Amino acid sequence: MAKIDKNFLDIGYTDHLSRQLTPIHQLDPRAKLVTTLVFITTVVSFGKYEISALVPFFIYPVVLAAMGNLPPAYLLKKILLVSPFALLIGIFNPLIDRDILINLGDIRIAGGWVSFTSILIRFILTVGAALVLIAVTGFNAVCMALQKLGVPKVFVVQLMFLHRYMFVLVEEASRMVRARSLRSLGNGGAGIKTYGPLVGHLLLRTMDRAQRIHLAMCCRGFDGQIRIMKPLKIRPIEIGFIFGWSALFIFMRFFNIPLLMGNTITEFLR
Amino acid sequence: MSHHIIEAQDLHYSYPDGTHVIKGVSFRITHGESVAIVGANGAGKSTLLLHLNGYLRPTQGTLRIGDYPLTKRNLKSVRRTVGMVFQEPDDQLFMPTVFDDVAFGPLNLGLPLTEVEERVINALETVGMPHLRDKPPYKLSGGEKRSAAIAAVLSMSPDILVMDEPTSDLDPRARRRLIELLKTFEHTKIIATHDLDMAVDICERTIVIYEGRITADGSTLELLQDETLLERSGLEKPLGMQSCPVCESNEKKVIKDGLHSTGRRR
Repeated sequence: MAKIDKNFLDIGYTDHLSRQLTPIHQLDPRAKLVTTLVFITTVVSFGKYEISALVPFFIYPVVLAAMGNLPPAYLLKKILLVSPFALLIGIFNPLIDRDILINLGDIRIAGGWVSFTSILIRFILTVGAALVLIAVTGFNAVCMALQKLGVPKVFVVQLMFLHRYMFVLVEEASRMVRARSLRSLGNGGAGIKTYGPLVGHLLLRTMDRAQRIHLAMCCRGFDGQIRIMKPLKIRPIEIGFIFGWSALFIFMRFFNIPLLMGNTITEFLR
Repeated sequence: MSHHIIEAQDLHYSYPDGTHVIKGVSFRITHGESVAIVGANGAGKSTLLLHLNGYLRPTQGTLRIGDYPLTKRNLKSVRRTVGMVFQEPDDQLFMPTVFDDVAFGPLNLGLPLTEVEERVINALETVGMPHLRDKPPYKLSGGEKRSAAIAAVLSMSPDILVMDEPTSDLDPRARRRLIELLKTFEHTKIIATHDLDMAVDICERTIVIYEGRITADGSTLELLQDETLLERSGLEKPLGMQSCPVCESNEKKVIKDGLHSTGRRR
C-alpha cells in the first residue's frame, strides 16, 4: 500500500479511537476542553529556562491516554509527525543564547540549549494533550463544545470543515499519486516537473469535491449548527474533573515538585 | 397530498461560464408517481436534478414544489420534502460512522435524540444494513455505500425521492437488490439514469431529455420501444427489450445449416 493511503487510514483511526466507551470518553466534551485549556495555559506560562517543573505535567496526558485506552505508540508517532515545527522554532536558541547557565562538573550547558529543551518539552505536553483530547472526545464533539462555550459559529464551522477537508484532500491526493505511480513505471513520474500540475489539479479537484459535500450537507438541513448524538450534561463528576485537575496544575505551577523531592531526599541523606 | 407535486414551467439554466444546459423544460409530476429521467451523458439530467432541491436557481422559468414556487425563503422546507441521493455516494457520506451519517439529517431537523435514534435504526433496517452502523463509510463496499446514502436520505422521511444514477457502479446482484428496494418505496420518485432496464422495472413514466430539451414524456414501455426516438436522443433500446445476440446467431446458424443440409440432400 502506498504511504499516503496508510496515512489516510491513520486519520480515520483518531475518529475510531474517539468512539470507545471508557469513563473518560463519556465525560462532557466541555469539561475535557476546559481542563485541557487550563493545562495548556499553565504549561505555556512557565519561564523560558524551566525544565524540571514541567516534568510533572506529563501526568495529565498520560493518565487520560491510559484511562481512555489510547495506544501510546500511535500518539508518539503523531507528535513526532508535527515535531519539525517545534524544532524550527527552537533550533536557533543554542546559536544565539550562548551564556553558560548550568555547570555539571566539566560539562557546561549554554542557556540556549536549556531553553531549546524547554520548548521541546512544552511542545510535547501541549500537542500531546490536544491529541489526547481529540482522541477521547471526537473532533465534532470538540467543535460543538467550543460552540457551546461561546466561540463564534464562523470559527467553529471553519475548524470543522478544515478537519473534513483533510479527509477529502488525502483521499483525492492518494488517488492521484496512485494513478501517477502506476504509469510512471518506477522512474519517479517524470521528475519534479509533474508536481506543479499535480498540486494545481489537486486543489481544483478537492474544491469541486468539497463543494459537492457541502451541497450534500445542505440537502440534509445543515445550517452551521453542530449537533451530535451524545447528550450534553455537566454532572458533579465533570465539575470534579475540571476543578481537580486545574487545582493540580496550579499547584504544580507554583511548587516545583522535582525540586522539592530532590531537596527532601538530600535532606534525608544528610 | 398536494405537497408531493413538482411542476416545472419553461425551465432554463446556464452555468456561470455561459454553457446553456437546460433549454426550456416543462413537466408536472404528481403524488406517488415514479418517473425516470433518461438521456445520454451531458444531456442535462444532473443539472435538472440540482434544481429540484433548490441548489441551482433557474435562470428563466419557474419551479413549484408543492403549492409554492421555490424561493430562498422556503428552501429549508423544500429540502425536507425532497430527499436527494447523489450519483457519488462518497460525496454524501462525510461523518465518521454510518450511524452518525444517517443521523445527520434528523439531528439537523432538531428532533429529540430518542426519535433520531429510532429513525436511524429504521432507515438502516429498510436498506438492510443495521449490522454496519458503527463502520466508517469509507470502509464500505460500493453497494453498501449506496445503501447507506439512501438510508441517510430516508431517515429524514422525505415525500419525494430524487436519485441520480442509483445503479451506477453496482454489481448485478446489488443492482437487483436496489431495484427491489426502490420498488417497495411509496414516495414520489424521480430517477435520472441511463440504466433503461431499471427504468422499465421501476418507473411507469419516462421523460427523455436530449441536449437540454424534453424529446418525449410518456409511458416508459411505449417510449423505450420507440427506436427512432431513442436513436434521436442518443440512447439505445433497453437490453431487456433487445433480442438476445447469442440466441439470435444460433437461430441463424440453425437456419443456415438447415438450408445447407437440404441443399446437400438435393
